[in-house]
Amino acid sequence: MAVIRDMMPAFQLFQPTTTDEALGLLDEYRERAWVLAGGLDSFDWLKDRVKRPAAVVDLGGIEALRAIRPAAGGLEIGAMTTLREVGRHADVRDRYGLLADAADLVASPQIRNQGTLGGNLTQDTRCWYYRDGWNCYRAGGTICYADTPTAMNREHCIIGASRCVAVNPSDTAPALVALDAEMEIQGGGGTRVVAAEDYFVGPDVDIMRMTVLEPGDLLTAVRLPETWAGARFYFEKSRDRQVWDFALASVASAVKIVNGTVEDVRIAVNGVAPTPLRLRASEDAVRGRQLTEEVAARAGEAAVQGVRPLHHNGFKVALLRNLVTRAVRGDEA
Amino acid sequence: MEDVRPVEDDCQAGHMQAAQAGHSRRNFIKGVIAAGASVSASSYVFKEGAVARAQAPGAVERLVTLTVNGRQRRVDVLPQETLATTLRYKLGLTGTKIGCDRSECGACTVLVDGVPQYSCSMLTHQVRGRALQTIEGLQAEDGTLHPIQQAVVDEQGFQCAFCMPGFVMNMVAMIDENPNPTRKEAAQFLSGNLCRCADYNKILNVALQGAEYTRRG
Ligand SMILES: Cc1cc2nc3c(=O)[nH]c(=O)nc-3n(C[C@H](O)[C@H](O)[C@H](O)COP(=O)(O)OP(=O)(O)OC[C@H]3O[C@@H](n4cnc5c(N)ncnc54)[C@H](O)[C@@H]3O)c2cc1C
Ligand code: SF4
Repeated sequence: MAVIRDMMPAFQLFQPTTTDEALGLLDEYRERAWVLAGGLDSFDWLKDRVKRPAAVVDLGGIEALRAIRPAAGGLEIGAMTTLREVGRHADVRDRYGLLADAADLVASPQIRNQGTLGGNLTQDTRCWYYRDGWNCYRAGGTICYADTPTAMNREHCIIGASRCVAVNPSDTAPALVALDAEMEIQGGGGTRVVAAEDYFVGPDVDIMRMTVLEPGDLLTAVRLPETWAGARFYFEKSRDRQVWDFALASVASAVKIVNGTVEDVRIAVNGVAPTPLRLRASEDAVRGRQLTEEVAARAGEAAVQGVRPLHHNGFKVALLRNLVTRAVRGDEA
Repeated sequence: MEDVRPVEDDCQAGHMQAAQAGHSRRNFIKGVIAAGASVSASSYVFKEGAVARAQAPGAVERLVTLTVNGRQRRVDVLPQETLATTLRYKLGLTGTKIGCDRSECGACTVLVDGVPQYSCSMLTHQVRGRALQTIEGLQAEDGTLHPIQQAVVDEQGFQCAFCMPGFVMNMVAMIDENPNPTRKEAAQFLSGNLCRCADYNKILNVALQGAEYTRRG
């Protein structure tokens, strides 16, 4: 529970103006450093005194991380671009409407005015036990408080749990997985590029992290490939209130149709698993076929094979099935 | 002296850090004194010495100049201080309210370069050099109310009105972007502000009335 205290505990604040300066500071402070983008995930942690970094490195002054520009037939979006800019930018809207739609559904207008694409992709899970500072697995402890007989776990996952049952909360993440985007990461070891799908890390790999970023790394840009520009897109986010609330489940799909037949398709969901999840079985049910009601239903059914709901989130099974079916059918979101 | 110490030496973490980096606090102070004394005893130069020491790449200085409602305000800001705190408790601009302190209610909404943002959830140091606008800056010099403020009065738009300054600032941004919004567009634009009296109908009346007053000029 959020408690209002007078001040965040002290930290040193750095406002570098180049990526190299920022990397230097991160290298110097390592585990004791905190990267600050828009701050809308960060300030909760700092105000609640659950995380106590010694140094905060604010990326806001690094112009180079802000640009949206054409690259290799596609588009490159700097990690510090705000969600508002992502949602409004003409090229993003025209060619990658899926991402613009997802960005427009994040949180509230003021949060989108400040929150960044990089921060949205890198944000921590919203499991309230963990965020309240309970010493669960994800915090380095030996229990999952969300997976006990009396736990409140309506928002938690139905697929892919491994001790931790928290979900990835990002709305833009499934859109980028569906678009087959790439993440550019800079760190001490130079620059590396990973597929959007591989950017996210589940608890089976590392229970204390959400992404592949190591201390000292920065997500610098997201690259959208030409391949999926202008495909038929569908994004739908299901949530309790239409503002602020995180997705109970969300679906993002990109479909290429040639002569009435699905030539290729990518479908990703979030809010149901520890990471944004690409639904290969559902894609297989659709690829090479015509988009009939039956094919859509089969894709939806394929999405929920092997689900393991918790006490309070059985509704997510039907929700996931329906969202995927609707995405394939191309309903009005 | 208190208010000109560099930010990096002003917190426990800073002490630890300085100690680990091989400069103890005592050495640091000795250094500052030496730097100040060698040039002049004036506190101004004293400050310059301390600040120079603080210039690790990107380290921030505590004394900053903010542009608030068109005026330059010099203020001493902690690294971890939120804009809402600075506005209310350092600059006396208490029109900006702190509701949830967690980006979940909108009471603290102010305009940063014309864009509505939650002042509870940004560091003051993040908005150095930006144009800040708060509810106190809306009224004209001669006391004429801003069209949105006039609409609040005419439409009796709020009950307890704790959320009012945040809503009003967001409405100011709204009419700048969309001078003739539909009721639905206004609701969407203002959706990042909550009213616990649930006075939304009257609030939307204000938004539309304020937009009309603005169009009439
Ligand atoms: C009330 C509320 C409701 C919200 N609702 C939603 C929602 O519905 N959907 C949704 O998707 N999100 C939602 N969010 C999350 C919000 O959108 C994110 O917090 C925001 O997008 C994170 O971006 P930021 O720029 O503010 O990141 P920050 O808080 O600054 O950073 C988030 C994390 O990422 C790290 N980080 C940020 N940028 C980089 C980078 N370039 N390289 C390396 N590490 C980095 C930071 O160290 C931090 O750990 C909500 C947040 C709040 C407060
Ligand atoms: S779901 Fe994960 S984050 Fe939440 S209590 Fe369990 S281990 Fe911790």
